Amino acid sequence: MLLAEERWLNNPVVENQLLEAVLETLYMTLATGFFTVLFGLPLGVLLHNLGPKGLNPMSPLYRALSLVVDFGRAVPFIVLMLWIIPFTRLIVGTAIGWEAAVVPLTVGAIPFFARMVENSLREVSWGKVEAVRMMGASDLHVTWNVLLREGLPGIIGGLTITLVTLISFTAMAGAVGGGGLGQLAINYGYNRYQADVMLICVILLVVIVTAVQYTGNFIARRLDHR
Amino acid sequence: MIELNEVSKVYPGGVTALNSVNLHIPAGEIHGIVGRSGAGKSTLIRCLTGLEDVTEGQISIDGVDLTAARGAELIAARRSIGMVFQHVNLLDSRTAAKNIAHPLEIARVPKAERRRRVAELLELVGLSDRADNYPSQLSGGQKQRVGIARALAAEPGVLLCDEPTSALDSTTTRQILELIGQLRDRLGITVIIITHEMSVVREICDAVSLLDEGSIARSGPLLDVISDRSSPLSKELISLPPTSALQPGAQLIEVLLTESGTIGHFGDLFSLLSRNGLPTRVEAGSIETIQGRQVGRLHIRPEDSSTAQKTLQVLTDAGLHAELTTAAALETEAGLKEEEA
Repeated sequence: MLLAEERWLNNPVVENQLLEAVLETLYMTLATGFFTVLFGLPLGVLLHNLGPKGLNPMSPLYRALSLVVDFGRAVPFIVLMLWIIPFTRLIVGTAIGWEAAVVPLTVGAIPFFARMVENSLREVSWGKVEAVRMMGASDLHVTWNVLLREGLPGIIGGLTITLVTLISFTAMAGAVGGGGLGQLAINYGYNRYQADVMLICVILLVVIVTAVQYTGNFIARRLDHR
Repeated sequence: MIELNEVSKVYPGGVTALNSVNLHIPAGEIHGIVGRSGAGKSTLIRCLTGLEDVTEGQISIDGVDLTAARGAELIAARRSIGMVFQHVNLLDSRTAAKNIAHPLEIARVPKAERRRRVAELLELVGLSDRADNYPSQLSGGQKQRVGIARALAAEPGVLLCDEPTSALDSTTTRQILELIGQLRDRLGITVIIITHEMSVVREICDAVSLLDEGSIARSGPLLDVISDRSSPLSKELISLPPTSALQPGAQLIEVLLTESGTIGHFGDLFSLLSRNGLPTRVEAGSIETIQGRQVGRLHIRPEDSSTAQKTLQVLTDAGLHAELTTAAALETEAGLKEEEA
């Protein structure tokens, strides 16, 4: 009993690997978040503008794009990760480590985030779009100054949800060598029965998720003048 | 000056939204366009603003043919029309000042010039102290003032208002209409107001057009349109309360009184009738002052039904617009109207 108590938190795993695991989880989330916005935002804008309520409705192109996005959303993440290993190797040179995990995480998150963006843009009232079009604005101007600017609080909300989902996916990536808190929890907390490691991982993951959610809500609220 | 010449719009699928519309609106006029929903009002707006191409005919504003304009020319033509919307359509992410500056940004007006114009416009609509407020911090009337200022930013020759007061209460409505009237007087701008509220037409319009099934059914100066008793628009502009308490067969005489007639006001009317020994009862009446002149409509009932014809004769001889009708006919008319609504 006493022995066990002494081992709590004095665990060398906590001392030596915890900080690195936390950093890996943060890196994975941030890097994936960055690339998801980089590719997902334009994809979302494209989906909206080609869609039935967009600036340039093009039905066949929209349906084709929609199909690809839905396909990406339908493949379970764990399967996607294993399936695209050759692609991951092509890009990062390896399939192990947090850098490698960023590739499948990004591929999985892009369609998810793109739909969120599409939804946020659809909620911008058409009247605002027409009002600005009547001023002689180009489609690019309308997209940037009306759709994206008016839809921004919604897009930030969508990004927050995407990031929170991503954090839980980083843990799944940990199961197959992706690193981070998820891997620590599986390797030590689960396989070696070290309950303290498990508990700390859970608490830290909850703290990170809460921080992301809080920050997201705060920014969205600051930007929202409705 | 706005000129519509044989304008038609047929949508793909064969729906004719506008059918040979001819309209001439001189500079500085406030022109009301009324019509039921589905009459083509929205299509007319979309064609006027160049958001929609017309199928046939020309629309020209100050001599510039809007229908022939393309590209940069079309964009310049769009700027000659400022648009005011029922739901204002301000951007929630911009302050009042930034919303007003928006058309100027699009027109690439330099920043210093922009700031000067915005201050002027805020002053013009009486919102100088609200420059940095977001739309959510403004009342409905204030939002519409910002909307009007924004519409005027690019110094258009035409202000096109689509149901500008339909979402506002009656006091705010009056203030906004007053503002539009002042702006016309100060800037000499031509105003088109599309509305379903006859009170808006009565209060502010110089001329009115009735759009029905895609065509202009009646158009002219307000008093002329009202004086034309055969026009349904006249009855809507000066409308009478129902006389449902009467027996369906009861005979009524409808009298339209305009100061242009030989009989100037209702007092003369009743003394004329009593001089002829024709006592009558007023069952319903409505009197409005339009452009400084009194205009009214009455339903009078001869006390003795056998004298109805004679009463009618006396009124017609005096140069008044009078016609015989029955309570039943009026009720059918009212019933039809309700069904349409």
